[in-house]
Amino acid sequence: MDPTRRISRVIDPKIRHVGFFAPQSQPGPSESPVMIPLPDITRAIQVPVGDFYHRRSDYDVVRVGSYDPSDSMSSRNGDGEFSEDSGIWKLPMSLPSNGLDKLAARNFPFGAKKSPHDEKGDSPAQMSMKSVLNPSKEKTTKAERRALQEAQRAAKAAGKVSKAERKMSSAAATGKEASVQIGEVVKNSRQKKDVLMASFEKTIGNRPPEKDRKKDVPPSRMQFDDKSRVDKAKKHSVVKQVEARNRVDYFMHLPQYERGTQHPDLETKFFQLNHIHPAVYKVGLQYLAGDITGGNSRCIAMLKAFQKAIEDYSAPLERTVNRDLIAKINSYVSFLIECRPLSVSMGNAIRFLKAHVTKLPPEITVSEAKASISSNIDRFITEKIVLADRTIVKHAVKKIRDGDVLLTYGSSSVVEMILLQAHELGIRFRVVVVDSRPKLEGQALIRRLVRNGVSCTYTHINAISYIMHEITRVFLGAASVLSNGTVYSRVGTASVAMVAHELRVPVMICCEAYKFHERVQLDSICCNELGDPRAITMVPGEVDIQYLDDSVKNNGLQHLNLLYDATPSDYISVIITDYGMIPASSVPVILREYGGEYLFT
Amino acid sequence: MWWRSASFILDKPDKDDAVSSPESRLITSPPLSMADTLQNPNPNNISAYYQTRAAHHGVVTSDWLAQAQAAAEKEEVTSESSLDSGKAFSVIDEFNNWRKQPDLAEAVAAIRALAKVISSSEATTMMELEIELKTASDSLKAWDTTSISLTAGCDLFMRYVTRTSALEYEDFNSAKSRLLERAEKFGEISYKARRIIAMLSQDFIVDGCTILVHGFSRVVLEVLKAAAESRKLFRVFCTEGRPDRTGLRLSNELAKLDVPVKLLLDSAVAYSMDEIDMVFVGADGVVESGGIINMMGTYQIALVAKSMNKPVYVAAESYKFARLYPLDQKDMVPALRPIDFGVPIPSKVEVETSARDYTPPQYLTLLFTDLGVLTPSVVSDELIQLYL
Repeated sequence: MDPTRRISRVIDPKIRHVGFFAPQSQPGPSESPVMIPLPDITRAIQVPVGDFYHRRSDYDVVRVGSYDPSDSMSSRNGDGEFSEDSGIWKLPMSLPSNGLDKLAARNFPFGAKKSPHDEKGDSPAQMSMKSVLNPSKEKTTKAERRALQEAQRAAKAAGKVSKAERKMSSAAATGKEASVQIGEVVKNSRQKKDVLMASFEKTIGNRPPEKDRKKDVPPSRMQFDDKSRVDKAKKHSVVKQVEARNRVDYFMHLPQYERGTQHPDLETKFFQLNHIHPAVYKVGLQYLAGDITGGNSRCIAMLKAFQKAIEDYSAPLERTVNRDLIAKINSYVSFLIECRPLSVSMGNAIRFLKAHVTKLPPEITVSEAKASISSNIDRFITEKIVLADRTIVKHAVKKIRDGDVLLTYGSSSVVEMILLQAHELGIRFRVVVVDSRPKLEGQALIRRLVRNGVSCTYTHINAISYIMHEITRVFLGAASVLSNGTVYSRVGTASVAMVAHELRVPVMICCEAYKFHERVQLDSICCNELGDPRAITMVPGEVDIQYLDDSVKNNGLQHLNLLYDATPSDYISVIITDYGMIPASSVPVILREYGGEYLFT
Repeated sequence: MWWRSASFILDKPDKDDAVSSPESRLITSPPLSMADTLQNPNPNNISAYYQTRAAHHGVVTSDWLAQAQAAAEKEEVTSESSLDSGKAFSVIDEFNNWRKQPDLAEAVAAIRALAKVISSSEATTMMELEIELKTASDSLKAWDTTSISLTAGCDLFMRYVTRTSALEYEDFNSAKSRLLERAEKFGEISYKARRIIAMLSQDFIVDGCTILVHGFSRVVLEVLKAAAESRKLFRVFCTEGRPDRTGLRLSNELAKLDVPVKLLLDSAVAYSMDEIDMVFVGADGVVESGGIINMMGTYQIALVAKSMNKPVYVAAESYKFARLYPLDQKDMVPALRPIDFGVPIPSKVEVETSARDYTPPQYLTLLFTDLGVLTPSVVSDELIQLYL
């Protein structure tokens, strides 16, 4: 229509958070604060064609759940005008994410603290105000009027946030007058603008999410460099987390907290946390303290805790049983996530449990429901974990021959069972346990193996390329196997697998099928877990060699203690699961045939 | 698996196939040598499967004949004793009868023998019949543990025939007839498989190409024959296929078809790989990883081909798909065979007598099966769908 509009259209994508980010600094009456819903993608394709019908329908949808005063205000302009404007405002932000958004996100993580030197990152409000102030335009277009109102409303809000907005909306009726006011406001100072931005945030952030839309949205992983969501999550959180001081740059999207503070804090809160069942609470504390580790044992502990919680459950009067139960489980799960991020095995178990609970018939009595859930949890544990392990052992033992030298890394419960079983069968073999700092999990494994009379060698991962020459088989456990065959496991597994592959030693991954996941992961960065950063430099029992502590304090030295890594499928000879021995390329087949429905019934 | 068979490819030329195939069988069947009358699952681990192969396809040497005869004498004793314990009808005898036809694959022979078990069974309930079938297939499998296609064929048959609604029929006789029907059909599909593969692989043989073939494979011969019949111009390099010299036999067959053939020593593969456009091999078994188990020497040919970026095609019927997962060469049931070096070997010298090797999937390009043209990773998909 005119240059201003086009300018804003070009610049908008740069300043908007797209993809993982909620549209925080978005002044238009457009989106729910949750995230970009799925249907928007289709709309983003349709809108540029100039289909007015679509834009209008958008607007209607938005307004239903919208309490933003600006909505009621601007609707006076007449429907036709407004819908066009809103279409333009929201068009860029529903575009698929591009490379820019990440940059924008980093430079401009939160409206209120926006760095003033960031030139690209001008907020839409600023842009619109600039356009208003631009002397070259005499005639006010629809877009300008719209922008004017926006800016004006913001200015008011900045001045007197708490004061009545009724007044403001009446003032908005006269456009020319407002433009003068805004001119003053903008000339004042940069700081004022920032305050302005903050007020935008407030008005938009308060809007409740639209429920029906939320359902369409696939659950996204929490990105911890998305400040607003982190803050929101913090509000509801039970565990008080203090963010680590020197956070590692590349891993800002993962939670990085100070260690050691949460535990005492949570202990004192025990009597305040009424909604968390003590069994769940106990498991949470154990996760936090690191007393329960390993995919299987964590999963079993969680399921047992849920089982206890459900046994003690008493039904509410007005809600149906399964809905209330789901809500309960959700609150437990979010508590556990706060203690430690879920493993894939736990995630799958929770999916199973929830699927079962939702499938309960509505007329079922509480005691029946409890019994059914409890028995199903037991069934899951026996079938998917205990019996699966037994099958894996049965298959794997066949691959061990007399005179073999086996290598294992870290401590995997299944691998331990395999080694002990093979020893019991009288196969003569030797085991090399490779271990790594800081967890040194292999020490516990080697103690148990030696106690059972298995002949063992213990070494650290530094010696892997030396020791690999004498190895005939490598047995590794896994936290999860992803659908492209990538094995997600204890950090260091990838190096072991790589060296073994290089020297043509078969690498066998032992993993129960319930740990398979549809996700595809190409590296270990995008999705991982960070351990205690201090664990890297600390040597237990040696206080006088903590050389690096000073650097952490003074020089901002960042410690990266990754817990997992991704082993590419090329390095893997075979995956041994409860469905037999399969190549890594067949993981999607198992997921297709036995995932989803089969697993969750 | 079976209902997804690519047998539609046969639909059009079905008529003339039916006419031509008996003929071709007549041509190809060699004069029955005395060695194949009674094969021997010898106590000292000599693989019956490879003995049969040698007898059917190899150029028989006198030394080998003498051994086979000596073995056959021993066999008679053992088989008699087993006959005594069994009933009047023995699967193994039936199987051996079928097996004598050199053009009939071992798995198909097993399938026919098992079908015979059903028809001659005196069982009166489905359960009884199933148990009978199970023991028959177990004894067949135990008869020669080294033959992958025998084991796989028996397993597949049991799977295909019994894992159906047939067992839920009220009336025993109708259920039995249904089982028989399935068995017939299964046997027919298996028998047709070779033809399907030949049709499917025609697109890959282009005019002017040079094909390296290792050993004697009936499927590969069928493929080449089909290509020659459709007047394609191509050249074939045959390896010698020591020790039973199955390559000589194949070159013989091809020469009859007027296909230009060149014989190579087994050790001359790398030397001539430059001239070769593709490698075509058969398979004794296709394993879960997508790799193949085949006659000794296949692995090294595949390695050489891979390093020179030549495609390696495998022709294998789907009854050779087995739920095995060898991790390395030694990770298989050893299948041994005698090797004739022509000169006496001092007793202190050890001889590697293994008859087969394992070629990992990364060295194979495509598998031509009666289910279609598959990449190695699909094999596991098919197996999982079939057995789980």
